[in-house]
Amino acid sequence: MSSLSRDDVAKLAGLARIEMTESELVELSSQFGMILDAVARVQEMDLSGVKATSHPQPLENIARPDIVLPSLSPEDALSGAPAQEESRFRVPQILGEAE
Amino acid sequence: MIQKTAAQMADALAKGETTSVELTQAHLDRISAVDGQVKAFLHVDTEGALAQAKDVDARRKSGEKLSPIAGVPLALKDVLAQRGVPTTSGSKILQGWRPPYDSTVVSKLKDAGVVIMGKTNMDEFAMGSSTENSGYGPTFNPWDLTRTPGGSSGGSAAAVSAFEAPLAIGSDTGGSIRQPAALTGIVGVRPTYGAVSRFGLIAYSSSLDQAGPFGRTVLDTALLHEVMAGHDPKDATSIDSPVPAVVAAAKSGDVKGMKIGVIKQLQGEGYQKGVQARFDESLQVLASLGAEIVEVDCPSFEYALAAYYLIAPSECSSNLARFDAMRYGLRVGDTDGASAEAVMSATRDAGFGREVKRRIILGTYALSSGYYDAYYGSAQKIRTLIIQDYAKAFTQADVLVSPTAPTTAYKIGEKVDDPMAMYLGDVATIPVNLAGICGMSLPAGLADEDGLPVGFQIMAPAMQDQRLYQAGAALEAALLSKWGAPILSKAPELKGAK
Repeated sequence: MSSLSRDDVAKLAGLARIEMTESELVELSSQFGMILDAVARVQEMDLSGVKATSHPQPLENIARPDIVLPSLSPEDALSGAPAQEESRFRVPQILGEAE
Repeated sequence: MIQKTAAQMADALAKGETTSVELTQAHLDRISAVDGQVKAFLHVDTEGALAQAKDVDARRKSGEKLSPIAGVPLALKDVLAQRGVPTTSGSKILQGWRPPYDSTVVSKLKDAGVVIMGKTNMDEFAMGSSTENSGYGPTFNPWDLTRTPGGSSGGSAAAVSAFEAPLAIGSDTGGSIRQPAALTGIVGVRPTYGAVSRFGLIAYSSSLDQAGPFGRTVLDTALLHEVMAGHDPKDATSIDSPVPAVVAAAKSGDVKGMKIGVIKQLQGEGYQKGVQARFDESLQVLASLGAEIVEVDCPSFEYALAAYYLIAPSECSSNLARFDAMRYGLRVGDTDGASAEAVMSATRDAGFGREVKRRIILGTYALSSGYYDAYYGSAQKIRTLIIQDYAKAFTQADVLVSPTAPTTAYKIGEKVDDPMAMYLGDVATIPVNLAGICGMSLPAGLADEDGLPVGFQIMAPAMQDQRLYQAGAALEAALLSKWGAPILSKAPELKGAK
């Protein structure tokens, strides 16, 4: 049976930028073994020589003529902003300590 | 009036026997009367709906040529952006967000004069099969208010089943239109991948997501399908070819000489007795109408569920990275000196529900170096084998069939703590999504043991959606004459209903 420890889940949660409570970490780690066993069934078949499909259609890049078209106004673009300042999104500190 | 089909409502509008304002008001009244129990809607846009209805009545009066379903009201799954109307995808992280733009589906509905009455409940970000994962509480099945309507488009399905709306739109990533249609006794179609634009559809798993129509009849569903489908330059995966003639097919409904393939792997063990019985009975009906029934073998379908629960979480872990608390939606912990990363992590903890977190973590794991080939890589190869199984099966049959879901509607809370049991409900619908083809669920009757609706699934190759409607209409007509009345006439009256 597969398993994932509480610390493994905590590491994944950090990578996914989700701050989880202790009880969430414990619950998820207890459920993960069962889920991993179920999805690991994909490894039961002999898949040598089988090509991978990432998408149901053959994807290609599509470009349109380089013409300016109407777009969102600054007011519309900022309409859902949690915080704004001078017609810009105001965000928390991104780089290290402020000078 | 609300008991009529959308086609009958459209006809009455065209003849001037009623107005869109009258029709819309009748549905809004029904919503007021019963939605306190069903909880199909997250937001009812009373004012907006009546304004749209008034506008389409004026356009009709001025002699403008309108779409076949102009003036008919509709319920919209909350996964689709509508300008100025709250859009949450069932998540707390988007509570209060009013999109500054319309999704292409909404633009098409507006152009067609279809009246959008409101946004329906759903599993958060369409991750779930019961609508219990909504950040705003569950929707209840109109057939039995102690049971789920299925999901993730459970609100849309319940609204149509409870006569709150004659038409609705859902989205189907692993069965999220077909399974709730089955569990509520209505018709639901997942069109071919790329047939309906995904622009403005809040993404869960981009290679699997597809919006589609719900109705109480095959013809109603076709009428909506025709309005919402079509090429869209704003979606790079949108197919640039004409919409299949689904309305004509729904009107013809002929299966004489049609080859119908029963998928060996999608029946028998694991399927509830009453589900299997109604399925077998529908097959006999189709045979009596002149269809040729054959059995087809799709051995890799056994691994479809496992492949899906790697591919969809992997794609969602990437797609949901956009909810970063910076440009829109919830932001928590933004105190002096808090880093962007800390705010992001705190916001995603507060805004995402249990199932969404579970899938993001699973996807993050499946995509991490060292595990990528074993999990995501293998799942992609299984996807190839499923496509090949379908390709072979479609050389032996024009359409393929199975029960839509292995069971009828289950109790609220029954599977909520057992994710694997919940996932098993998608076993028959998922292969369609992995292959990017189209599928329909229509009512096959009620299971003997619990009196609840059973769905019959029809599948067709990509861009052959008309075959679903042709076979579906034939089966629907034959079953209707056998039953003597539509299946929804057997549903119990809801309290507060007139």
